[in-house]
Amino acid sequence: MRRIRIGAGAGYSGDRIEPAVELAERGDLDYLIFECLAERTIALAQQARMKDPQAGYDPLLEARMRAVLPLCRANGIRILTNMGAANPQGAAECVRRIARELNLTGLKIAAVSGDDVLERVRDGGLRCDGPVAVEALGERLLSANAYIGAASLVDALAAGADVIVCGRVSDPALVLAPLIHEFGWAMDDWPRLGQGTLAGHLLECAGQITGGYFADPGFKDVPDLARLGFPIGEIGEDGSIVITKVAGSGGKVTPATCKEQLLYEIHDPAAYLTPDVIADFSKVEIRELGPDRVLVSGGTGRARPPELKVSVGYIDSYIGEGQMSYAGPGAVARARLALQIVQERLRITQVRTTELRTEMIGIDAMHGAALSARHPEPYEVRIRVAGRADTLNEAIRIGNEVESLYTCGPAGGGGATKSAREVVAVMSTHLPRDQVHTAVHMIEA
Amino acid sequence: MQLRDIAHTRAGDKGNISNISVIAYDTKDYALLERFVTPERVKDHLSGIVSGEVVRHALPHLGALNLVLHGSLAGGVTRSLALDAHGKCLSFALLSLEIPDD
Repeated sequence: MRRIRIGAGAGYSGDRIEPAVELAERGDLDYLIFECLAERTIALAQQARMKDPQAGYDPLLEARMRAVLPLCRANGIRILTNMGAANPQGAAECVRRIARELNLTGLKIAAVSGDDVLERVRDGGLRCDGPVAVEALGERLLSANAYIGAASLVDALAAGADVIVCGRVSDPALVLAPLIHEFGWAMDDWPRLGQGTLAGHLLECAGQITGGYFADPGFKDVPDLARLGFPIGEIGEDGSIVITKVAGSGGKVTPATCKEQLLYEIHDPAAYLTPDVIADFSKVEIRELGPDRVLVSGGTGRARPPELKVSVGYIDSYIGEGQMSYAGPGAVARARLALQIVQERLRITQVRTTELRTEMIGIDAMHGAALSARHPEPYEVRIRVAGRADTLNEAIRIGNEVESLYTCGPAGGGGATKSAREVVAVMSTHLPRDQVHTAVHMIEA
Repeated sequence: MQLRDIAHTRAGDKGNISNISVIAYDTKDYALLERFVTPERVKDHLSGIVSGEVVRHALPHLGALNLVLHGSLAGGVTRSLALDAHGKCLSFALLSLEIPDD
């Protein structure tokens, strides 16, 4: 049975670059994917594009492409990535410029557009799951992007693209598209699309299946995380998947690492919603074939949802924050006093917050008072005050009240920091498929 | 003993929902997960964190549970005031759940 090899070169926009180079060099790959879009990345990219029309794609696109393009060209590896973010065509131009500089003449680069549905969402009439109606956002509305499926990527592969840059596609589509293209799967072969989506889901977070984000010393030990290898999926025509990695790289692939990634963020394993299929991972079997080789099978699926999910980015509020440390005898008592003082200061100076959070890092900042009550007091503690405000100027005042503890608060506070930032938040809605129009734009180096 | 002695966990996020997988090191211990990692006990253990429903999906053939914790991320990852807005550390908070010895 024919199998193809797909490597995952990034699991988020800031991920390490060397593992992708290692994959391109020694992974014997057919395809290399880079999944770099978190929920609100496109909204932030859209803001960047409003300031500079040439911007709006992943800031690391250039560095990643410089690192892997020559190797991919030499080894016949095709690249799929969502690093186009809010400007896939700008990203494609960037890839072409780099390809020309590296003398990779004739390299075909496809941009996929159409996920941007901001104008449609601006028209209104859609129900969102957020705290505010779209119609009420006005200038605060930044972006709206539909999660598109594998079809446009398959078209781009059929047209001969060596590199495909898109914006918001479903993460697993970056893997599903090459499978559909190579094996000629029908777009309504739900069981195979379900199994292919499983492959995409396992690979999309890169190092999270090869031992990254897994180690717990003494319980779950992982070798050589500083040289973590990223995953390779060997996927057969029947959809069966073997997860492995480059021999000699750090990390490990075991049934346990695969199970953690299998269940990661999928909610109901029997109904993982994507634009291409409602995937069913509830009967998935996992079997170790040998060192760093794990067989994953049994994924299936049923007919795709009628509508596409849309992610809406908007300016939600402003968060102001201040922190300060206390150490030595009485550290916790002084920290508590400091928090009381800041709360009272915010009240008497009438800082207008819509939400306020006060906590002690080292004691109760992560999970509140109940879970931490069973643990002894630490040597040092850091207070943190974070508040939400409607304007940046108001948010700035929160950190100022922490910083002024230097001269007006308890004894021995040190290392104050303060910050204030705009909050770009994301909420979801849905659109009928016929209101989302994708297109492929091919250019050549 | 604690849940950490028999299982490992990973937390993920979507909006205001945390998704924590609980996976037995040895599938023979799945029965203990099924018996003691109930939605009620999880919600009680994480009281003050989870404001909504806890939904449990069972995967006995993998020795695993997938827990969906509604209303557990301080309003949602992108607008939360929390230091750990994604709730990544919740996976280890859950590992301190007591599993009664027989």
